[in-house]
Amino acid sequence: MSVIPADLRYSKSDEWVRVEGDEVVIGITDYAQEQLGDIVYVELPQVGATFAPGESFGVIESVKASSDLYAPVGGEVTAVNSALESDQQPINSDPYGAGWLIRMRPSGEEEELMDAAAYAAYLEGRAH
Amino acid sequence: MLKRTPLFEAHRAAGARMVEFGGWEMPVQYSGIIEEHHAVRQGAGLFDISHMGRFMVRGPHAMAFLQHVVTCDVSAIPIGQSSYGLLCKPDGGIVDDIFIYHVPDEFLVVVNAANRDKDWAWLQEHARGFDVELEDRSERWAMLALQGPAAEALLVNAEDAETAELGNLPFHGVALTSMFGVNVLIARTGYTGEDGFELFFDAPHAEMLWTRLLALGAPGSVKPCGLGARDSLRFEPCLALYGHEISETINPYEARLGWVVKLDKGDFVGREALAAIKARGPARRLAGFEMVGRGIARSDYPVLALSGERVGHVTSGMPAPTLGKPLGIALVPTPLSAEGSEFDVLIREKPARARVIKMPFYKPRYKKA
Repeated sequence: MSVIPADLRYSKSDEWVRVEGDEVVIGITDYAQEQLGDIVYVELPQVGATFAPGESFGVIESVKASSDLYAPVGGEVTAVNSALESDQQPINSDPYGAGWLIRMRPSGEEEELMDAAAYAAYLEGRAH
Repeated sequence: MLKRTPLFEAHRAAGARMVEFGGWEMPVQYSGIIEEHHAVRQGAGLFDISHMGRFMVRGPHAMAFLQHVVTCDVSAIPIGQSSYGLLCKPDGGIVDDIFIYHVPDEFLVVVNAANRDKDWAWLQEHARGFDVELEDRSERWAMLALQGPAAEALLVNAEDAETAELGNLPFHGVALTSMFGVNVLIARTGYTGEDGFELFFDAPHAEMLWTRLLALGAPGSVKPCGLGARDSLRFEPCLALYGHEISETINPYEARLGWVVKLDKGDFVGREALAAIKARGPARRLAGFEMVGRGIARSDYPVLALSGERVGHVTSGMPAPTLGKPLGIALVPTPLSAEGSEFDVLIREKPARARVIKMPFYKPRYKKA
């Protein structure tokens, strides 16, 4: 069973959002990393890039597949987890911690995000 | 409703992630594709390949019939041996790639799972006029593959005296043996680029054999492996995969499988077209490439000539686990297939440079006498 922390919010495309002060931290969920399997490559944006909600901000590649990463909120990128360029393993082993992807200063626009209970129900629905 | 092999419950119990593949619900991975891949390159891995099609061909005209429908020379396969072959359409396109095992009194033909119905119909249609009997044994038999450099030593220690003879089974050899008290047709074949064996046996024994084979050697010596590792393992030695490197719109010369086409063996379906293609040379060909630019080329990504014109497509591509870099195979105009040629792969709308390198990427380590 995938880990779904209660204090985060979730997108339908399996990104999580954590609010930290006036910024947000974004990553992919435990479910997403499980589905992808061994992650071998990640392409992240430059600091300063801006994205609209739902826009692709990067790519994550496993042995089998390539998946786009979608911005759950709109805004400007303030930091990227550049350690992932050389070692992507944290995305698999610690998706909510060391495997974070980017920080953003949100513009206020966002996708329709779910709380943990709604995301759990959403995953349950997808399994059938 | 997706079809399931006799090992469906065993896969779930082993923690496999199941996916749809060619109409079947199959394990894509257990512990992880990369771990399973390395297990087969370094030790041994066990695959459930019961989804593949298994047809028996027998009767007075069995050999003549097979000579008529496949491109390889079936008369050159002695009893106790097997051969890779192709079914081709009259225009030379590939209906399927198959394996033919010559066992006493009959031939066993193993076909791709997704093509099973199509191949069965194709064989039936071309059997007219031959005194031959076809039997679809796909449901009655299960099929496992134990692959890797440790496979022989592990199987020799399997519970049964007859398996000790396995060390003498030649590359592509096939023999009837018994293992764990069950009759097993065993062949030194596989599709991973490693030494290994494929086992055919009555379906009700599937769980018992799966469990006993996984328990061979020290704990953890034999890893269960899924379709993910099967694909990455066949990709590195550049073994063709139907729907990717080969299809009804790709001919054997384009796929660099000219060695499987024996034009001098007599007439067969597709011979005329294939002789013509060989004589003029294929206009496009498979080329193995490494990425010079950043990114991973995937199946179906467009290939652009350096002029920017779209000239082909990627047939398979991934980060090769043994070689540690992203590699790919593409169908491109023949001049571009030469080693050292460069082209661009369109990765998410952005061209990334690729350079043609020698195939296979990984040299198979078959045990040949």
